[in-house]
Amino acid sequence: VNKQGQTRLSQYYNNLSIEEKTILEGELIRKCLSRVDYQCSFLQFREYKIIYRRYASLYLIVGVINQDVNEFAILEMIHNIIEILDKYYENVCELDIMFNIDRTHFIINEIICNGEIIDMNKTNVLKPILLMDKFSVKT
Amino acid sequence: MSDIVEKTLTALPGLFLQNQLGGGPAAAKASFSSRLGSLVRGITALTSKHEEEKLIQQELSSLKATVSAPTTTLKMMKECMVRLIYCEMLGYDASFGYIHAIKLAQQGNLLEKRVGYLAVSLFLHESHELLLLLVNTVVKDLQSTNLVEVCMALTVVSQIFPREMIPAVLPLIEDKLQHSKEIIRRKAVLALYKFHLIAPNQVQHIHIKFRKALCDRDVGVMAASLHIYLRMIKENSSGYKDLTGSFVTILKQVVGGKLPVDFNYHSVPAPWLQIQLLRILGLLGKDDQRTSELMYDVLDESLRRAELNHNVTYAILFECVHTVYSIYPKSELLEKAAKCIGKFVLSPKINLKYLGLKALTYVIQQDPTLALQHQMTIIECLDHPDPIIKRETLELLYRITNAQNVTVIVQKMLEYLHQSKEEYVIVNLVGKIAELAEKYAPDNAWFIQTMNAVFSVGGDVMHPDIPNNFLRLLAEGFDDETEDQQLRLYAVQSYLTLLDMENVFYPQRFLQVMSWVLGEYSYLLDKETPAEVIAKLYKLLMNDSVSSETKTWLIAAVTKLTPQAHSSDTVERLIHEFTISLDTCMRQHAFELKHLHENVELMKSLLPVDRSCEDLAVDASLSFLDGFVAEGLSQGAAPYKPHHQRQEEKLSQEKVLNFEPYGLSFSSSGFTGRQSPAGISLGSDISGNSAETGLKETNSLKLEGIKKLWGKEGYLPKKESKTGNESGALPIPQESIMENVDQAITKKDQSQVLTQSKEEKEKQLLASSLFVGLGSESTVNLLGKADTVSHKFRRKSKIKEAKSGETSHNMTCSSFSSLSNVAYEDDYYLNALHDRGDKELKTFSLNSELLDSESLTELPLVEKFSNCSLSTPSLFADNSMEIFHPPQSIAASVAKESSLASSFLEETTEYIHSNAMEVCNNETISVSSYKIWKDDCLLMVWSVTNKSGLELKSANLEIFPAENFKVTEQPGCCLPIMEAESTKSFQYSVQIEEPFTEGILSGFISYHMMDTHSAQLEFSVNLSLLDFIRPLKISSEDFGKLWLSFANDVKQNVKMSESQAALPSALKTLQQKLRLHIIEIIGNEGLLACQLLPSIPCLLHCRVYADVLALWFRSSCSTLPDYLLYQCQKVMEGS
Repeated sequence: VNKQGQTRLSQYYNNLSIEEKTILEGELIRKCLSRVDYQCSFLQFREYKIIYRRYASLYLIVGVINQDVNEFAILEMIHNIIEILDKYYENVCELDIMFNIDRTHFIINEIICNGEIIDMNKTNVLKPILLMDKFSVKT
Repeated sequence: MSDIVEKTLTALPGLFLQNQLGGGPAAAKASFSSRLGSLVRGITALTSKHEEEKLIQQELSSLKATVSAPTTTLKMMKECMVRLIYCEMLGYDASFGYIHAIKLAQQGNLLEKRVGYLAVSLFLHESHELLLLLVNTVVKDLQSTNLVEVCMALTVVSQIFPREMIPAVLPLIEDKLQHSKEIIRRKAVLALYKFHLIAPNQVQHIHIKFRKALCDRDVGVMAASLHIYLRMIKENSSGYKDLTGSFVTILKQVVGGKLPVDFNYHSVPAPWLQIQLLRILGLLGKDDQRTSELMYDVLDESLRRAELNHNVTYAILFECVHTVYSIYPKSELLEKAAKCIGKFVLSPKINLKYLGLKALTYVIQQDPTLALQHQMTIIECLDHPDPIIKRETLELLYRITNAQNVTVIVQKMLEYLHQSKEEYVIVNLVGKIAELAEKYAPDNAWFIQTMNAVFSVGGDVMHPDIPNNFLRLLAEGFDDETEDQQLRLYAVQSYLTLLDMENVFYPQRFLQVMSWVLGEYSYLLDKETPAEVIAKLYKLLMNDSVSSETKTWLIAAVTKLTPQAHSSDTVERLIHEFTISLDTCMRQHAFELKHLHENVELMKSLLPVDRSCEDLAVDASLSFLDGFVAEGLSQGAAPYKPHHQRQEEKLSQEKVLNFEPYGLSFSSSGFTGRQSPAGISLGSDISGNSAETGLKETNSLKLEGIKKLWGKEGYLPKKESKTGNESGALPIPQESIMENVDQAITKKDQSQVLTQSKEEKEKQLLASSLFVGLGSESTVNLLGKADTVSHKFRRKSKIKEAKSGETSHNMTCSSFSSLSNVAYEDDYYLNALHDRGDKELKTFSLNSELLDSESLTELPLVEKFSNCSLSTPSLFADNSMEIFHPPQSIAASVAKESSLASSFLEETTEYIHSNAMEVCNNETISVSSYKIWKDDCLLMVWSVTNKSGLELKSANLEIFPAENFKVTEQPGCCLPIMEAESTKSFQYSVQIEEPFTEGILSGFISYHMMDTHSAQLEFSVNLSLLDFIRPLKISSEDFGKLWLSFANDVKQNVKMSESQAALPSALKTLQQKLRLHIIEIIGNEGLLACQLLPSIPCLLHCRVYADVLALWFRSSCSTLPDYLLYQCQKVMEGS
């Protein structure tokens, strides 16, 4: 989500209808954007624990339904995602994520699956997509 | 700008087609990728939501045209998909593209395929029907030689896959576990994890392979398998204790930095892996000293190593602390963990502070002193500008609340409550405040004020239990009567003040609470007359913003107050106003009031002031229900009953009987038999009482029975004369007294009855809503009340039984009038049974003696019973009535033993029991036994009657140990002395150890007679397997799950006799005879389930072909199906 409140990329691990998603995102974004620097990066929203992190104009927001979650682990996961994206796109920015929405999704798919962190090893995460890129170039 | 973009966009499809024709693929690609770009840019540039919507709709329609055009190449399709994904992400429906996404995954080359898969995983959900179309593609790709394709297929499987198609790909994926590439192995494990999530039964057989994955040489594969283990250990930690060592070793290696460098994150080795492992260890070590000991070392090391100042190490530390506190405690570790928490809490970094508070909240229950150490920090956090920190602090405080600090804490909570607007927060917090207020309230004023705040803020979103509990508390009061009065008075006063304020709107729930309290307790006021209160209520009634439900409450309150106000214009005005109301419910109330108002005498007797209201309110729900049932029966109608009420009724029928001073066990047992078919055919889930309550219940019960009794006797005569005269003199009672058993009248007023019954339902709902709260909360008071209820109910029902069909008898259904009815009936009852009195009293004394022992044993059972929700397999919760054999035969007999027996039986009718059977006797004693099929065991009761006129000493009953059974003596069974001509009972609970068909339980009774000689008498009882079978309440879904998980199965065809040719009747027989639970009947198939005590489930699948019933048993026990089958055959042939 960028600073203007526009969603750049979203992925759900439970099943909500499109309308529910829109409403949820709208409320959530408003909440996150209204927060200031001295406040902490966690909040409770409906039944979700929200963990967010801001990178320049971009907010990365993760909502977890499970109440006994380790917030810091998620917080760092967000950072790791950014680092991985950074490695792939070489100095990642909002536009990279937007214009390559498909690739970004691929990468996130490697990191999170069924709402759980599955792999944080940068090499491992990027291997499939690099392989795929190589193949595509060949053909 | 936006306009231009828009135009360009609309023009593009045309342009693109031209390009496509002329320019070839390169141009097409350029055009398309820029199209996503321009779409994104266009949207970014837009200023209003409306414009965005317009743009996207345009985009979508052009996409729709493109994707369905046959000329569209796969490459274009891929671009379209990406844009569709984008549109749907923004909240616009792109469902027309779903099928194309699947096609793309099927046909495309690598990248296109990947996009297709991605689109599928984003668009569809688990149970989407289109997903089935994907299965073929997945299977094909899994067999592909291209690594990337296999990878993709595995990825999509681990994201989304239809459950029913798992068998199609499972073998392929199992193969992949041996793949040479670790990435494939890892993904295969993840796919299996997915399967485990959606259908654990289907991957059960490959658990051994998970172990292999855990030991995989590649860290990634091992890490992936941890997900499965975390999950499985969460479900059942005891099954994986043997792996503790492995997990510890792995963690040791990880912590020691033995992993490849690329697993490091900011030079911390695989932090998330560590967290995962710590979690697993925490689960494994919970309450298990031996397992915990294994992990002390490694925990210590993790704590030590994680000292770098980085966020991710905090995450690890937090997890460590969490684990240290969940496993079996070790002081050194606890100390270190506490130090850690201290560091967090004191940190200036806001996020760390949050983490510290969270850890503290978790730890505080085990170690409250830690909170003391940090109390200043906590106070600071309370005033922290960040509401999240505040919230977390409050959560912490909530855990440490006690009687001393409650005022402050609740005040803080209220402050927070006033600031927050989000519904979720309010509901949550209001619940907590109410709970604390009830638990720890220091004084009345504070309590009422707090609750006022809760009601006005929480309003209509809060949990309905809160107002219900509050009212119950008010009504029942505490031990001290004056205290109660003060509390009530205070409540009344504070509500009047609140109502005096102009232009304030209170939530409906609050108004309801107010009106109830005012109606009940306004008489406590000195200054203000009831008329004034009525005037206030009237004002509210005329207020348009008040809902009609609330108005019903209000009018009920007015009705209660009317007899106290000597003359009131307001009441007349009100009557005038509402007898023409369009709301039938209101009109009904108004009519009731009107007629009562015309007859002040009756009204006063109906609505006495000084009656404690809880009897009244609660009794109402039962007694008028009873009346309603009677009417319903007489007219052949099926009476409406809320669920829990049915349950309550059932409970009440039996539970209290023995406290009845009248001791009329015969007629009441007769009653149960008679009443049941109509009234209680389907009782099941009830909101439960806690164990604590259960215990207190009976203790207070005994006392109450007696106290109540005398209390009532005291003023009964007075009332009787009043009511009696009244009912005689009254020219057929008013509309309000609608439950006239007199049929002629009811028929004449048929139409009226209709409205009335509607009204009645409404009331029933109201009353029952009151009831729900009562049942679900565990307080001492509650129980006393439950008993009263049953008392009343009991009496009434007996009355009915005794005089069925006699003179017309006012059974008012309105809640406020029913009380006097009960009183009246009491009297009636007394008179009617006067002749029987002597005899009964004698039995009663016996009963009450028995009670001491019986009640003790029964407590937990009662509680359990009431707890039975769908999940707990409860005893005959829904079919008890069919199986129930009314002990009428016993009732007929006046023999002392049998009356004793029947009294026993009644007490335990929540459980089904057998008739008493004499097992042995001699000239001095006779022993009879019965079985009580409780839901956790079989309770054998031997009642021993001393027939001689002499006293028996040290009577003792012993059961020989039997190989199949585990017999436990129930408390209260030793009898040093047995008086002449008395009856005592011995109870043993019997558990089964191994399935069997028939078993014999034998024992002997020994006694001393007049110190001369000791005698011994042997007896034995036959037990069948059926005595240990209980229904298993599960849903069809659970049935399906269980079915797959059971290995032992037995199939057999049984010929059905003619009487049960149809499936339902055959199943009914099984249900009745074998106590199986019918889960569902689908066409000619039926699902049943039962369990063998203590908890061996057995499932039965039936199918009917012509006159043959195909039975198919499955169970986790290998022998049980055979035995059950045998029983089934016996039953089916026998009947």
